[in-house]
Amino acid sequence: MLTGQRTWTFANKPVIISTGTVGGPFEAEGNIAEDFDLLHPDLYMEQDSFEKAHKVLLEKAAQQAIDKAGITKDQIQFFLAGDLINQITPTSFSAKTLGTPYLGLFGACSTSMAGLALSAFLVNASGANYVLTGASSHNAAVEKQFRYPTEYGGQKPPTAQWTVTGAGTALLSNSGQGPVVTSATIGKVIDMGLNDPFNMGGAMAPAAVDTIEAHLNDLNLEPSHYDLIITGDLGNIGRQISLDLFKKNGTNIHDENYVDCGLTIYSKDQHVNAGASGAGCSAVVTYGHFLNRMNRGELNRILVVATGALLSPLTTQQKESIPCIAHAVAIESGGETTK
Amino acid sequence: MTSNKQTNQDYQQFAKQRETKRPVFKNCIRAFLIGGLICAFGQLISTFYIHFFHFTEQNVGNPTVATLIFITMLLTGFGAYDKLAQFAGAGSAVPVTGFGNAVIAAAIEHRTEGFVLGVGGNMFKLAGSVILFGVFSAFVIALIKTLLIQWGVI
Repeated sequence: MLTGQRTWTFANKPVIISTGTVGGPFEAEGNIAEDFDLLHPDLYMEQDSFEKAHKVLLEKAAQQAIDKAGITKDQIQFFLAGDLINQITPTSFSAKTLGTPYLGLFGACSTSMAGLALSAFLVNASGANYVLTGASSHNAAVEKQFRYPTEYGGQKPPTAQWTVTGAGTALLSNSGQGPVVTSATIGKVIDMGLNDPFNMGGAMAPAAVDTIEAHLNDLNLEPSHYDLIITGDLGNIGRQISLDLFKKNGTNIHDENYVDCGLTIYSKDQHVNAGASGAGCSAVVTYGHFLNRMNRGELNRILVVATGALLSPLTTQQKESIPCIAHAVAIESGGETTK
Repeated sequence: MTSNKQTNQDYQQFAKQRETKRPVFKNCIRAFLIGGLICAFGQLISTFYIHFFHFTEQNVGNPTVATLIFITMLLTGFGAYDKLAQFAGAGSAVPVTGFGNAVIAAAIEHRTEGFVLGVGGNMFKLAGSVILFGVFSAFVIALIKTLLIQWGVI
């Protein structure tokens, strides 16, 4: 149901009955390695190219979610997912393997929550019994497309972020046990004229602020309603900027309840400059780490705000600024939902 | 529209103040040291060739550069050069090894797209402009020198 300007509330409480998270070797050395279902020791994942490895990531994450839910592939009505590679081929190729009806999404690093919002909407409106959603990224495949060859020696500035190798999926259903999706706010494209592709946190911060404030306004909520407000990949610069923007706007969001997936996944001594990024970042950290914490009873209500920079290498070279977007999804610890 | 532009500029300033600055001074020191070390190593190779293989100072350049690029190739292939570069910055980018790394990294990266369109078509993706503008500026300088000689200035 539409509430306010651009927020959906889900009265039928779609349940996240299972999740699947897969990571690479660098993620295995990080802070939340134990929250992954599967960690690949090799960036190639037994494939002969990074793009093929990227596809395998998502396939395995999808399989994990399906296996954990104890259903079969054919019971899934729709698969909604995306990634960062041109024409989202890794996702479409995984959809071929999966064989379920599929809608490809592109929202750069906001794809995870775009997918979760749409999936919840579908399930809530009785459009499906089971929907699988997810997002993925592969460090080397994404670097190749957006930056330089993997082995090229270019010095990255302290504002740069590290693309996560990982895929996270969530399986939603109209009944079952698990965290429930209660509302979602769809973001607007916000472009404040920043054009440094090595400082995406700074470019994305206003989009995150806009969506979070719209969400709170639409539902008439105080930020303290949520145990945690979790942003996708603002990194330390974007996070600080957004906190200062909240302060300026008089929105009551504080340091201790405001976390970033991009600052959660890696440990301090992994030298990733401003933090992690990538479509897989918010997906693996939310579906792995934060939902695990919710299932352990540490968290009751969270708002996940995945942020995306909608640029391409071409627009950067043509001196265009970076348009950004953020989608917010509220998740609550559920108990049992019945049909 | 103007107010929008104003908000954007305000934000850009707002964001700029919160950006971690590049440590320019530290980067310069590191570039100086590592760049210097690479050049000193190159000098060592030159001296070695002059002493043991009877090269002269005029023709020792080619084998020296070839050796440096060969070492770069190994370092790039084993994934060490990009790590060195994150530390050294311009120190590892400016010497000939940086140029070699740009060509070799692109060649490795596009190997999966085949030899002709992949490796062949993309090898000089990064280094191509160095070659183009290097050759062109050499041509312009040579032209100026020729004219000056013709006119008897030098």
